[in-house]
Amino acid sequence: MLRVSDLSCVRGDRSLFTGVQFAVEPGQWLHVRGANGCGKTSLLRLLAGLSQPAHGEISWDGEPVGRDGQAFRSELLYLGHHAAVKEELTAIENLQLASELDGVELTRAEAVDALKRFGLQGREDLPVRFLSAGQKRRVLLARLVARKARLWILDEPFTALDAKAVQMLGALIGEHVESGGMAIVTSHQQIPIGGGKELDL
Amino acid sequence: MLAVMRRDLLLAMRRKTEVLTALFFFVIVTSLFPLGIGPEPALLRKIAPGVLWVGALLATMLGLQRMFAADHADGTLEQMVLSPTPLGLLVAGKNAAHWLLSGLPLVVLAPLLGMQFDLDAEALGVLILGLLLGTPVLSLVGSIGAALTLGVRGGGVLLSLLVLPLYIPTLIFGAGAVQAHISGQGAGGHLSLLAALLALAVFFAPWATTAALRIALE
Amino acid sequence: MSNGIVNWFKLASPYSFYPVAGKMQPWFWALAVLFGAAGLWISFFVAPTDATQGEGYRIIFVHVPASWMSMFIYLVMATWAGIGLALNTRLSGMMAQALAPTGALMAFLSLWTGAFWGKPMWGTWWVWDARLTSELILFFLYLGFIALQAAIDDPRRADKAGAILALVGVVNVPIIYFSVKWWNTLHQGSSVSLTKAPSMAQTMLWGMLLMALCFWMYSIAMTLKRVRTIILERESHTEWARKLAEVGA
Repeated sequence: MLRVSDLSCVRGDRSLFTGVQFAVEPGQWLHVRGANGCGKTSLLRLLAGLSQPAHGEISWDGEPVGRDGQAFRSELLYLGHHAAVKEELTAIENLQLASELDGVELTRAEAVDALKRFGLQGREDLPVRFLSAGQKRRVLLARLVARKARLWILDEPFTALDAKAVQMLGALIGEHVESGGMAIVTSHQQIPIGGGKELDL
Repeated sequence: MLAVMRRDLLLAMRRKTEVLTALFFFVIVTSLFPLGIGPEPALLRKIAPGVLWVGALLATMLGLQRMFAADHADGTLEQMVLSPTPLGLLVAGKNAAHWLLSGLPLVVLAPLLGMQFDLDAEALGVLILGLLLGTPVLSLVGSIGAALTLGVRGGGVLLSLLVLPLYIPTLIFGAGAVQAHISGQGAGGHLSLLAALLALAVFFAPWATTAALRIALE
Repeated sequence: MSNGIVNWFKLASPYSFYPVAGKMQPWFWALAVLFGAAGLWISFFVAPTDATQGEGYRIIFVHVPASWMSMFIYLVMATWAGIGLALNTRLSGMMAQALAPTGALMAFLSLWTGAFWGKPMWGTWWVWDARLTSELILFFLYLGFIALQAAIDDPRRADKAGAILALVGVVNVPIIYFSVKWWNTLHQGSSVSLTKAPSMAQTMLWGMLLMALCFWMYSIAMTLKRVRTIILERESHTEWARKLAEVGA
């Protein structure tokens, strides 16, 4: 489980937030809310270990998440604002290479399956730059199913998705949480998953 | 680590122009020197090792910015940093891909250009060996600079200012090897020093690059 | 005993260091003037005229101490930067940033005086001897450090990136020096070298030492002055800095 105590974040000269405190247990998910620019993305990046907090502690399963938290990173899936896909590579290649980086060997069949779940069948072998913005994001969302990670940190995952995809992603996160996983999500829109904790920045 | 290498190589194959531009730069720059200095063969033979090595240095530097900039822009760098695979290995993979794309072609091209300077076959051999040992050092050390200047104003020129002083030992030993061979002293000493530099770089440069990348992403 | 340790750590915050630096400054300026006067007196009036080089050689009393300082300051700068990186302290990074321009100045001074020394001796403004060339490269390393820090807006990132550059530089300086020496001995059979110092009379050594001390005190004074400015700039969002600005301290 993820525990955060007395966290504060400074960007340049501004202090974005101070004294943030929460815990996310298996089977729970957290919705981080707040106006634009109040530090939601910064918070998620702190949690993922991409930046260091000005003050406070983040611990995963009792161990502080330092820079070399390899155990933590193997259980973490982080999706930020960028689609994190390579435009010249096809969807399948992107997915397979990303999975290899995560330490998971993905066969072509499994990759096609994952992409199909996100509505990308028939487009797997196209270079990603031919896909729409929403489809590009879906390529990397397909990693959610391709890899078993306990903690999902998703920054605005619903952007550029159409209604059907939003529903599907919501169901996916719901399934993940129900089976004992954890998720931390920010979003401007309403999140179609029930029973989450909320944090207002 | 191999995955990262494969990905970079795949990408480069689909976007050949960047790689080829650096190579053409190498050819053009080395051809400028005879044009600027004069075609006298004895003089050319003397300046050849230095000119070819400086050309190789500059051509490598052209491609350094590419190493991390694209990954940083589209978010794949973040994913790399968050991957359970140690970042040092991934960095080594990127350096290897960079070398295969910009260093190795230089090694192949250099003898052809060396003939323009009337270098004999053995001297060309020493040149190739030196470049083979030295260009990986350039990629490894250059990646430190590329990581430090990620997303920073004045990137390309700043990168050159940072990295060129660090390249000087490689230049001295590499060009020196060919000159030592030509003057009959034997290139062994220089080449072993190049090999030592390579060993040092392989062990230490990825650490510095990793630290610099993490700082750039904060 | 424990008081001493606590006080030392308290000093590590920019807030407490600022006034301390201010109080220390005048002492170092005074020492610099003192040592400088003594050193110059020796170099001009006491040290004997050299048999082969005449009066012009006296410029080594500036050249050699400047070289020593340029290398010493780089080491100190890298140490501060390394401490800042390891312990995540703000002041260490500021010290490194404050040291760099003085170090660069020393390197530049060394290069200029080297040129002025070489001209009457060997008829050229520049000699590619191992030490001068290494000094030139050290100058480039300083410039790189300053340029990198200037180009990065976020001061914390600038500190850390500079630290990595400085540490990489420190590791490379011996390698660069060795390679340049090798290069030099291979190409210049003759021993035209600024490092071939004439057999040192005792007084000459004293002169150089005093000048070195003068430069050292000057560097410390200058660095303290600069770090105070940097502290004010970086902490400008805190209460105490704003109050100071109002009072015009």
